[in-house]
Amino acid sequence: MDKGVPRYAHGSRVPGWDMPADLEKDPARIPDAETTPVPAELRAEIEAHMALYPETRSATLPALEAAQRVHGWCSPEAIEQVACVMGLTPADLAAVATFYDMLDTEPVGRHSVYVCTNISCSLCGADALLAAIEDAANEAPDGEALFNVRSFECLGACDIAPMASVDGVYVGPLSLEDVPALLEDVRAGRPVLPEKQLAKRACADTEANG
Amino acid sequence: MSDKLLFKDIDEPGLNTLGVYEARGGYESLRKALRMTPEEVLKELETSAIRGRGGAGFAMGKKVSFLPKGTMDKYLVCNADESEPGTFKDRELMQKSPHMLIEGIAIASYAAGTNRSFIYIRGEYVFQADMLDAALAEARDAGYVGERILGSEHSLSLVVHRGAGAYICGEETGLLDSLEGRRGNPRLKPPFPAVQGLYQGPTLINNVETLATVPTIMRIGGAEYAKLGVETSTGTKLVSISGQVQRPGNYEIELGIPSREIIYGLAGGPPPGREVKCWFPGGSSAPVLTADDLDVPYDFDSLAAVGSMLGSGAIIVVDDSTPIVDVAIKLAKFYRHESCGKCTPCREGTNWTVKMLERIDSGEATPMDLDIMASVQEHIIGNCLCVLGDAMAMPIGSMIAKFRPEFEAHIEAARARNYGEIASPADSTDSAVASDLALVAQGAIDA
Repeated sequence: MDKGVPRYAHGSRVPGWDMPADLEKDPARIPDAETTPVPAELRAEIEAHMALYPETRSATLPALEAAQRVHGWCSPEAIEQVACVMGLTPADLAAVATFYDMLDTEPVGRHSVYVCTNISCSLCGADALLAAIEDAANEAPDGEALFNVRSFECLGACDIAPMASVDGVYVGPLSLEDVPALLEDVRAGRPVLPEKQLAKRACADTEANG
Repeated sequence: MSDKLLFKDIDEPGLNTLGVYEARGGYESLRKALRMTPEEVLKELETSAIRGRGGAGFAMGKKVSFLPKGTMDKYLVCNADESEPGTFKDRELMQKSPHMLIEGIAIASYAAGTNRSFIYIRGEYVFQADMLDAALAEARDAGYVGERILGSEHSLSLVVHRGAGAYICGEETGLLDSLEGRRGNPRLKPPFPAVQGLYQGPTLINNVETLATVPTIMRIGGAEYAKLGVETSTGTKLVSISGQVQRPGNYEIELGIPSREIIYGLAGGPPPGREVKCWFPGGSSAPVLTADDLDVPYDFDSLAAVGSMLGSGAIIVVDDSTPIVDVAIKLAKFYRHESCGKCTPCREGTNWTVKMLERIDSGEATPMDLDIMASVQEHIIGNCLCVLGDAMAMPIGSMIAKFRPEFEAHIEAARARNYGEIASPADSTDSAVASDLALVAQGAIDA
C-alpha cells in the first residue's frame, strides 16, 4: 500500500471529489494582454513557433518549454503569459503541462538530472546510482535550489546504462564514483563528464565503420 | 554481413553535414525519385516489401497507398518519439546521419503526395533534435526541402517538433494529439490516420528507421532490397541490444539471422559465468522468450510464431542473476506511470498489477494472486483504444506463464523472511481470505 499518498474525505485521493461544481463561477478567460506583461523575447519565441504550424495550438509544447526556461518551471505566471500570447485559456495549458514529464508544474532545482531507471538501466545498477545522486545532492546546502534529481523512464540510451541526462546531455555508463564529479561539473557550469558523453561515442557495430 | 545500408560508415566525421553526405552520394536518391512519377516511386516501395520499423511491422508501401488521392491537405509525420524501453536505434541515426532521414521524408512525401511534414522527436533527445535542426537548415538552403524541390513540381515543408516526455506519444494517434498541442491521449481507430489524422487530414506516419531506409531502396531498387532478409521480412534492421550483455549497442543485421548470433555473436552474451534467463526480442512490450528460443530466426514472422514479436527491434537480455519478480515490477511500474488514463482497463489494470507484484515481493501474496494477476492481464488485452495496456499485459502474462515456479518460490521465500514460517499476514485481505478458506477446510472455523 502507498501509505504516503495524501487522502481526503472518505479516503479519496482526489480533493473535493464530493463537492458540487460551482456553476456560478466565471468561465476561464484568455488573459488580457493589457494586464499580462510578457517578456519580449519569450513572446517572440512563442510567436515564431506558432507560425510554423497550420493551427497555432500545435505550438503549445514548444511554448511551454520556452516559458519554463524563462521562469524555471511552469508557474501560474508562466502559464498565464503563454496563454496570453497563444490566445488559449490557462486551463488548456495547465492540462497539457501536467501531462508531460519534462514540464514541471512545481518549483524545481535549476539543473535537471534525470536518471534512467527503466529495465535495461536498472539491470545495470541504476537504482543505486539514483540513490547516490539524490543523497549527494541533498547533502549539499544549496542542493535543492541547484539540482532537480529524479528518476526518469527509458531515456533511450540503454547502451550506456546506467546513465543520466544532465540538462539534456546524456552521460554514461556511470559508476557510483562518478557522482561527485558529475555534481561538481554541474555546479561549476562545466561540460558534464566530457569523457562519458554519449555524443562522443562510436557505434557499437564494429563493421559499420569499414 | 559487411554490407551495411543504414550504418555504412556511420561514424565518419561530418556525416551529419550536407557536404559529407552529398560527397557520399547523398540526395541522389531524391533526384532519381523526382525524375520518376509518384506512382513509380510508390511501386518501388511496395516491391521492396519493407515493413514498418517502429513496432507494428505494417508494410510501408501499403500504408502509403492507403492515403486518398486528391488535392486536400495531407501530412507526413515521422515518429521519432523513440521511447520503447530498450530502443535507441533512431537516436544514433538522427544524431549521426540526419540527412538520410530528411532525404527519406522528401522521397516518401513525393510518393504519398503530401506537402507538409513533421518530425515528432521526443523532448529528451535534445542533441539529436539540434542535429536535425542544423541538417534541416542546410537542406532547406540547398533546395532539398521547400518550394519546388530541385525544380520539380513537388513542394514540402518540414518542421522538427520536440515533445516533452511521454511514452504514449509514440503511439501514432497519441502523437497526433500531442502534435496538435493537446495531452497525448490516443484516439479511437478507425478512422485510421491515413484517412483522418493530423488536423483531420489524411496522414502518413512512419518510424525514423523506415523513412531513413527509403533513400537506400530508391538507390538499389525495390527488387534488389527485397532480396535481403527473408521472404516476409525483407531488408536489414537496426537492433538495439542492452541489459546484461557484454557489448550493448546498435547493430545492423540482415533479418532472419538466428537470435543467438545477435545476443552472443554481436553483443557477446551475458557476463562470464552467467546464462541467459529471458530476453525481450522487441522492446519491453514484447512477451519474453527464454534460453530455449535463442535459435529462433530474428524476423517478424518467426518471432510471432513463438508467441512474441520483433516490435521495435530492441533486445533486452536478463541473465540468471536477476529475479524475474524484479523485472516484472520495473516493467509494470513503468506502464502504470505512462498510462494516459483514458481507458479503464489500462489505467486500473496497470495499477493493480503493480500492487499485486509488490505483495508478491513482500510475501503477502498467495499463489492465487498469480492467477488473479494473469486474468487481469487477459482482461486488459484488446480492451483499450491503444496497446499501452497490452504492452504491459503481454510480457507480464508471459512471465507468469513461463516462470510460475519462480514466482511461487519468491512468495514463499519472502513470506518466510518477512513473516516467519507461520501462515499469511492478517493485514492482506486476499491472503487472509485464502487462509480463512484453508481453516474452513480444516473445520477450524465454522463457515
